[in-house]
Amino acid sequence: MSDQTNNNILDEVTKGEYKFGFYTDIENDLAPRGLTEDTIRFISAKKEEPEWMLDFRLKAFRHWQSLEEPEWAHLHHPPIDFQDIIYFAAPKKKPQLNSLDEVDPELLETFDKLGISLDEQKRLAGVAVDAVIDSVSVKTTFQDTLAKHGIIFCSFSEAVKNHPELVKKYMGTVVPYTDNYYAALNSAVFSDGSFCFIPKGVRSPLELSTYFRINAANTGQFERTLIVAEEGGYVSYMEGCTAPMRDENQLHAAIVEIIAMDDAEVKYSTVQNWYPGDKEGKGGVYNFVTKRGLCKGHRSKISWTQVETGSSITWKYPSCVLMGDNSIGEFYSVAVTNNFQQADTGTKMIHLGKNTRSTIISKGISAGKSNNSYRGLVKIMPGAINSRNFSQCDSLLLGDKCGAHTFPYIDTRNQSSIVEHEATTSKISEDQLFYCNQRGIDTEKAIGLIVNGYAKEVLNKLPMEFAVEAQKLLSITLEGSVG
Amino acid sequence: MLLNIKNLTVAIEGKEIIKGLNLQVNKGEVHAIMGPNGTGKSTLAAAITGREGYEVTEGEIWYKDQNIVELEPDERANLGIFLSFQYPVEIPGVSMTNFMRTAINAQREYNGLPPMPAGEFLKLMEEKKKLVDIHSKLTNRSVNEGFSGGEKKKNEIFQMALLQPTLAILDETDSGLDIDALRTVAKGVNELRSNENAFVVITHYQRLLEYIVPDFVHVMYDGKIVKSGSKNLALELEDKGYEWLKEQSLV
Repeated sequence: MSDQTNNNILDEVTKGEYKFGFYTDIENDLAPRGLTEDTIRFISAKKEEPEWMLDFRLKAFRHWQSLEEPEWAHLHHPPIDFQDIIYFAAPKKKPQLNSLDEVDPELLETFDKLGISLDEQKRLAGVAVDAVIDSVSVKTTFQDTLAKHGIIFCSFSEAVKNHPELVKKYMGTVVPYTDNYYAALNSAVFSDGSFCFIPKGVRSPLELSTYFRINAANTGQFERTLIVAEEGGYVSYMEGCTAPMRDENQLHAAIVEIIAMDDAEVKYSTVQNWYPGDKEGKGGVYNFVTKRGLCKGHRSKISWTQVETGSSITWKYPSCVLMGDNSIGEFYSVAVTNNFQQADTGTKMIHLGKNTRSTIISKGISAGKSNNSYRGLVKIMPGAINSRNFSQCDSLLLGDKCGAHTFPYIDTRNQSSIVEHEATTSKISEDQLFYCNQRGIDTEKAIGLIVNGYAKEVLNKLPMEFAVEAQKLLSITLEGSVG
Repeated sequence: MLLNIKNLTVAIEGKEIIKGLNLQVNKGEVHAIMGPNGTGKSTLAAAITGREGYEVTEGEIWYKDQNIVELEPDERANLGIFLSFQYPVEIPGVSMTNFMRTAINAQREYNGLPPMPAGEFLKLMEEKKKLVDIHSKLTNRSVNEGFSGGEKKKNEIFQMALLQPTLAILDETDSGLDIDALRTVAKGVNELRSNENAFVVITHYQRLLEYIVPDFVHVMYDGKIVKSGSKNLALELEDKGYEWLKEQSLV
């Protein structure tokens, strides 16, 4: 079948809508628009932070001022006016919450709409939730249950207040504020996020999860997550995010730091569904995120699994620094772009310790006029003897107006290590679509089925509850613009 | 009448392949369509099932009292038209179970029925697997991925058994089959035959028709049916080859 016919079929496929695009009318406490040292003092004061926290922010801010926005990514967007953003927005009714009954009903409704229940049901499903709306964490569930095991799971602000020694010890050790432009920005203005500490020998009995929601207009969201697993600790952590549909672009610049000590394991799963902009490419979230895990201990393991369906721009490279001997880093990614979305995503695996192993499985799916790039670095240092990496980067193209790009960087500095890289590019064939059609499955469903099949290897890595959500999201994202 | 094809002309990229074909099929009948390579047999199957790129330039295809020429392929499928593919397609990562469940529920949705409960579906699968002698393992694998030639064809009949079409078109189902697989496939088809459905069996060789005995045999040549008859016509073809028909059609 000719490409032309193929494209016609794909062109016709559906008109999808972003279903989380609603806006909730919640009274907000806003910082004045723009970014100066005063803004930072304002945020810090609002959060009643100790002096050392403010110092950290100011240092980061001064460093940020000396930097320029990076341009190396395969992304195009008009310059961001960092003075036109509101850096802090908090729902006004933010009391000390003792029970769910005290949560603003509007907020609860918001989370209900998102399909996130903060109530007992989640516990039955074995999930504890921290819900972050705009700049603050509104509710963390099941802290008591977790506390019995010595696990700390709370908002970042609470951690600064209640566990300053832990925050001081670990914050910025994996992603220093000098790391990059957006990391510096985040370090200066971050508002909230989640903090998780798994003590020695404890396996978390619950899946932990954070839901991020940008709600207020013209605001940026800058959250920070810090996860520490001590010797032999284990936790599976999930992150989900959505935003209202707005014509203007919104900025999201987050930092996630993970530290795993000897024999500890952290699984971090993300379903990223920020508003991607409309079919003409108007609006959408600019998602500039620095995520990095440090396998500090021997035999430690960190795995990143991400399903990226949202944002108009995604700039994100969840990475692992394999410092401990025999430590393991994994990166499983499905990135879908549609319409005018752009994604430049991938990972870095830095091998320092002996016998370290890393696996990279990346599945890119591009549709519409979107651009999807995999960018990855595998670096094996001289001391990382007998290390191994396996990378597989597959691209699936839907239509002929989209782009798929792969930028693998490999840097091996010893003779005993083995690095493998495989890459494929494919299209959904007209034969496959007709085969499905002939069994009564319409083209839209057929694409969903085929794409989910293509991404299965990665979806299988997600916790059960997330996998179902992710599968639906993949289909929804490709509605409307497979052309 | 279940299927009534009137004066059908089909072109691929402007080139006429089927040139004024007529065919009538009633419920309860099995029709065999034979003929040499390149005479338009598979094109006929594609035109009935509505494959993109097969342009009906003239004529009509009436099925269950409506002209289906303008209908989408999935709608035709949901109306009960099934094609057993000559070259079944692989869909990596999609298990047979998931694929068939999606297909059955699409059909049910089309007919205004709720999705089939999982338990009922699995029971149905088990039942139909026996019909074509399919191993349990096969249904856990991705659609047609790594299946042998014989497994692929059996899998087509398995899908047919699950979807229970009113009109089933078997396109060269016998090609690439050894005698045991051929028997299994034929057995499956024969068990599905009833007064409520009909089969159009496209084949090169008389061999398949020993196992699936047709009520009518049609011979296609150069985009037309040039001769129709009883099952004896197939034997006659086996005996004489197609050459004598060519001469006949030129007259």
